[in-house]
Amino acid sequence: MQSNPQLNAKGELQHLLSIEGLPREIVTQILDTAESFAGVTEREVKKVPLLRGKSVFNLFFEPSTRTRTTFEIAAKRLSADVINLNIAASSQTKGESLLDTVANLSAMQADIFVVRHEASGAPYLVARHVKPHEHVINAGDGRHAHPTQGLLDLYTIRHFKKDFRGLTVAIVGDVLHSRVARSLIHGLTTLGAPEVRVIGPQTLVPTGVAALGVHVFHDMREGLKGCDVVVMLRLQNERMRGALLPSAQEYFKNYGLTLEKLSVAKPDAIVMHPGPMNRGVEIDSSVADGPHSVILPQVTFGIAVRMAVMSIVAGN
Amino acid sequence: MQLPDAEKLCEQLAAELAPKLGPKSAMIGLYTGGAWLAERLHKLLDMKSPLGLMDIAFYRDDYHEQGLHHDPKRTRIPFDVSGRDLLLVDDVLYTGRTVRAAMNELFDYGRPASISLVVLADRGGRQLPICAQYCGAKVAVPAGRRLSLTRAADGRLALALEPDRAE
Repeated sequence: MQSNPQLNAKGELQHLLSIEGLPREIVTQILDTAESFAGVTEREVKKVPLLRGKSVFNLFFEPSTRTRTTFEIAAKRLSADVINLNIAASSQTKGESLLDTVANLSAMQADIFVVRHEASGAPYLVARHVKPHEHVINAGDGRHAHPTQGLLDLYTIRHFKKDFRGLTVAIVGDVLHSRVARSLIHGLTTLGAPEVRVIGPQTLVPTGVAALGVHVFHDMREGLKGCDVVVMLRLQNERMRGALLPSAQEYFKNYGLTLEKLSVAKPDAIVMHPGPMNRGVEIDSSVADGPHSVILPQVTFGIAVRMAVMSIVAGN
Repeated sequence: MQLPDAEKLCEQLAAELAPKLGPKSAMIGLYTGGAWLAERLHKLLDMKSPLGLMDIAFYRDDYHEQGLHHDPKRTRIPFDVSGRDLLLVDDVLYTGRTVRAAMNELFDYGRPASISLVVLADRGGRQLPICAQYCGAKVAVPAGRRLSLTRAADGRLALALEPDRAE
């Protein structure tokens, strides 16, 4: 148990660094707790006093609007004080190391660090050096993991499909560079989804991905056949400049989700996207705004999931 | 020791509550035992307004020592609490801390006209200035034991003594 840096000596969640290696009970506990918080966010007063007097530091070494904002809203709805640090524009540019930054913030009485960093593993490094009462939540590290996104994806699937048993889930697009895909694959495996597919061009599907228990497809229509859930990944524009892809038009033709391609999935299939979307590149507007889309509910659920994660780690 | 019959206490409470109900009355049960009791009373009293169910996990005062308990239930109050005469239902009244948390949560839903507390059993030991307006029975509980409500598969309610977890 002790070898897992996310768990304390009692096997409880101390930090959230990755879905990989989390026991199924903890994943379920987070989703169940989020379900209760979803009720809070529908009330007139959308706040509970749980983290009153606690300080949450959002440390974003990499730009982000949605994730940072939803963490901020989640912390505020738990009555915590939130301090946002856009580190790209602060001390780091003056040469301060990551651990020095954390040590300084720790001296300012932090309770939770929400860390996003372009280097894979950075939140692990922070977690190893914080004080016992401090908690670290990974908000995305390099290509490695984005556990709260993975958890909100799981929450969304459970909300609409009720049960993971019997589900076929397809993850489509730039899997190679996607920490979202990796986190979701681990989560789906942990919760027992029987069929997880990865669909994308050879250049954007990592070679070892089949070892995670997924089926790889390079033909979109074939891969989408009979799917209950379709998760579209963002195609980062910068990838287009390299040798990985010919052009956005070409990509859309083969891997962009249109109503026509979606027609081979189950009639009640849901379509998800972690955002921000590139309309006309990986997804057509008719799908993004259509009846299968649950992209906006994902954002709302993301707040409840982050409230659950923060209140569970801060209580352990 | 002999514990009172929970089924009888339910009927007794329902009889006591029936003449007090008015057009603005509504009932809210606290998970888990209080929810069972509230479901029963709500049915016996044939109340018009839907039943509310509350989990006070997010308002507990021992969160910093205990953390979040596993599987908090979702609070569902399917009516506007503002202006209502609320019957807050719990199985056992002890320190009063649960009731304090419940009242705090309720006021995040609105401003009720009044709140009355309904409990099946009062075991004494209050740590806060809280009392029940409707109480099935006073029960003396030996130190180190916990009094709680149980519900059998057939729905029958019973009071039970268990070893206390932490204290």
